[in-house]
Amino acid sequence: MNLIAFAILALLAATAVTVARMRDLWAAIMFTGIYSFLSASWMLILDAPDVAFTEAAVGAGIATVLMLSTLALTGKEERATTRSPLIPLLVVTVTGGALIYGTLDMPHFGDPSDPIHLYPNPSFVEKSQEDMHGLPNVVTAILASYRGYDTLGETTVVLTAGIAVILILRRDESHPEQQESP
Amino acid sequence: MTTFPIIRVVTKLLIPYILLFAFYVQFHGDFGPGGGFQAGVILASGLILYGLVFGLPAVQSVAPPRTIERLMALGVLIYAGTGIATILLGGKFLDYSALEHNFYPHYFPSGQHLGIFLVEAGVGVTVTSVMTMIFYAFAGRNSVE
Repeated sequence: MNLIAFAILALLAATAVTVARMRDLWAAIMFTGIYSFLSASWMLILDAPDVAFTEAAVGAGIATVLMLSTLALTGKEERATTRSPLIPLLVVTVTGGALIYGTLDMPHFGDPSDPIHLYPNPSFVEKSQEDMHGLPNVVTAILASYRGYDTLGETTVVLTAGIAVILILRRDESHPEQQESP
Repeated sequence: MTTFPIIRVVTKLLIPYILLFAFYVQFHGDFGPGGGFQAGVILASGLILYGLVFGLPAVQSVAPPRTIERLMALGVLIYAGTGIATILLGGKFLDYSALEHNFYPHYFPSGQHLGIFLVEAGVGVTVTSVMTMIFYAFAGRNSVE
């Protein structure tokens, strides 16, 4: 169990380094898809099937297709940079170090004295059976009912993103004179 | 549009199952993993797969951009409308307990269950149409040479 988790995490790290080192953008997009599938597997091991599901569908499915569509509009090769990689490397190392330092204060995985296991009391898992008329999926109950307001906001964010993409990218067929020259 | 016969045949075989799975994820989301977001993305990926293999005009005759545009807003409307309905029925905004009814409650979802069902349907409609629309927007542009 732990062995599989470590193997997946090692593969995740290897995939990330490969993506960063790659100049061929087509292959890099495929590797980001592999990265998403590995993340989904890892989340499944952590007993979060809802999140794993979303990661597999959005990260590996839609995101890969949209990246490939973008690639069809741009080039297939990344331009080689002439600038020295020292400063970006320093920034990445310091940021990564700070993030890892930040996680040191977090409770250990599965620690029963975690705040998340103590509050709210009674927990949503206990409350939802009665509140939801025995609806078994607590994640859905929390997302759609207890945090229904949040999810309404998220849905509006998705709508806003769609509107923004239409405004920026779509060409209006009814006004051909306004089209930018290709 | 691709001319590869194997890809075309396999795609035709796969798409019904992708759509069916999307509806399963949508309507079974209260019981197992899943829900509107995931179902919407899966449904959209079925449409996008069709568009990738058979070309943009083919998928746009199945799901016209004008309809997709309206569905984008309709999903949020279903969601917010559920909230307004709960206010009109005497509850708070998005407090689905106001949707409790006695019309064969064994067969038709009631109260919280009905609220979650409606809200997830709204999320599913919006996510499907936004993902499809983003694909249309990208695929509708010509390559910059």
